[in-house]
Amino acid sequence: MDRQDVLDQIAEVAVEVLGVERELVTEDASFKDDLDADSLDLVEFVMAVEERFNLSIPEEKLEGIDTVGAAVSLVVDNAAAESAPAETGTAG
Amino acid sequence: MNAPARHRVAVTGLGVKSPAGRDLETFWSNLLKGRSTAGPIQRIDVSDLPIGFACEIPDWDPEAYLGYKEARRTDRVAQLGFAAAADALAAAGDPATDPARCGVVCGTGVGGLITQEEQERELFARGPSRVSPFLVPMMMANATAALVAMKLGWTGPNFCIATACTAGSHALGEASRLIRDGSADVVLTGGTEACLTPIALASFARMGALSTRSSEPERASRPFDPDRDGFVIGEGAGFLVLERLDRAEARGAHIWGEIAGYGRNADAYHVTAPSPGGVGAAACMELALADAGLEPSQVAHINAHGTSTPLNDLAEGEAVVKVFGEHGPPVTSIKGAVGHLIGAAGAVEAVAAFLSLRDGVVPPTVNHDRTDPELAIDVVAGAPRSVAPGPVVSNSFGFGGHNASLVLAPPA
Repeated sequence: MDRQDVLDQIAEVAVEVLGVERELVTEDASFKDDLDADSLDLVEFVMAVEERFNLSIPEEKLEGIDTVGAAVSLVVDNAAAESAPAETGTAG
Repeated sequence: MNAPARHRVAVTGLGVKSPAGRDLETFWSNLLKGRSTAGPIQRIDVSDLPIGFACEIPDWDPEAYLGYKEARRTDRVAQLGFAAAADALAAAGDPATDPARCGVVCGTGVGGLITQEEQERELFARGPSRVSPFLVPMMMANATAALVAMKLGWTGPNFCIATACTAGSHALGEASRLIRDGSADVVLTGGTEACLTPIALASFARMGALSTRSSEPERASRPFDPDRDGFVIGEGAGFLVLERLDRAEARGAHIWGEIAGYGRNADAYHVTAPSPGGVGAAACMELALADAGLEPSQVAHINAHGTSTPLNDLAEGEAVVKVFGEHGPPVTSIKGAVGHLIGAAGAVEAVAAFLSLRDGVVPPTVNHDRTDPELAIDVVAGAPRSVAPGPVVSNSFGFGGHNASLVLAPPA
């Protein structure tokens, strides 16, 4: 899954769930400091991300996900892991 | 030991979000016009429900008060409550006191039922991992009181009262006690309810509490009329700013009047039926009058609970006769116009009563074509009625047998 595409989709989720301006949602943005998200916001945000990408993110993987970039990596890695067996032949 | 303080309690601001209007003057002019606001429910699909009409607030935009993000994480019940509170405070002006001396007391019947039902659907359909982390803060009955405090930074006494249909009047009464006993200088107090949901409509209908006049919703709520057959549920909120009278006078605040007396008791009889003959309600009104130091003959009008259920109106009417004698002070119920706002009812009705005190006029009881022959009471109907300035008794009686009566007095 393309990293920029994931970022764009995560930004859309952040705009909807966290009520932030799109421009603020960069890879470096901290959920807490830049996007004004508290712990409840983050739980809802992760639910919305799971929904958006049709993923289930295990609770233990959420540790240390403080920035948008970390969330993008989490989605990219999860998507890669889940689609690994079927990946050959579907690239592009 | 010194005698405890007994400060007088001024009302310096009113706010209302109701089916008859979301600002004070629209609300009041619609009450005086004497029209029902009942109609088919628009916000949810009611095709499977036994009763699909109510008094609903149309076109509600919470973002004007809370912004996008806060509105999203706030149930409609707290959105309406906060907005009514904000309006009341804006009208009262700056009470200019220490935030630790400012409190909030809010009544509600059930709290965030809309959110609770939505999330229960998620739980049953998709499992626990799909339940929102905001369910608890959105459904809890105390959410409105908490929200008002957080938005204003008020750190004084803050609590919620959940005594069904009595909650609004209980809130005002307990808030007035905070002022009176010196626990606070300013209290925002009111009630809010937004439970036009499938489970609420189904369960009230199963109790036989709701009017079944589906063919004529606008004729369904008819307090004290012999053809009444149940209440019409409504949604809304009312809030008042209470202040120590001496402080309010010192800052030159507009004073609507005073909360001069408060009675509360319990029927201790049945979970939904009022005690026979309205003995609990009568005792409650007597407590409120005694608290205000008034004789029944000094009361200028009664803002009744008047739900339009056969049992409530009978018991309340009998109680009024017990306390005030036959054909005593004029009685009105605004539930003919706005339906039964459950935990908001007492607060919204108190707002109406202070508007009556301002204008010397009592709104008509909508759909009251004639008075139940069982009841020797003087019901204001057909048109507004002018009354001499004087104290109002405002009643609320709830499932559980909770009773509360307030004495609302004109400015001294």
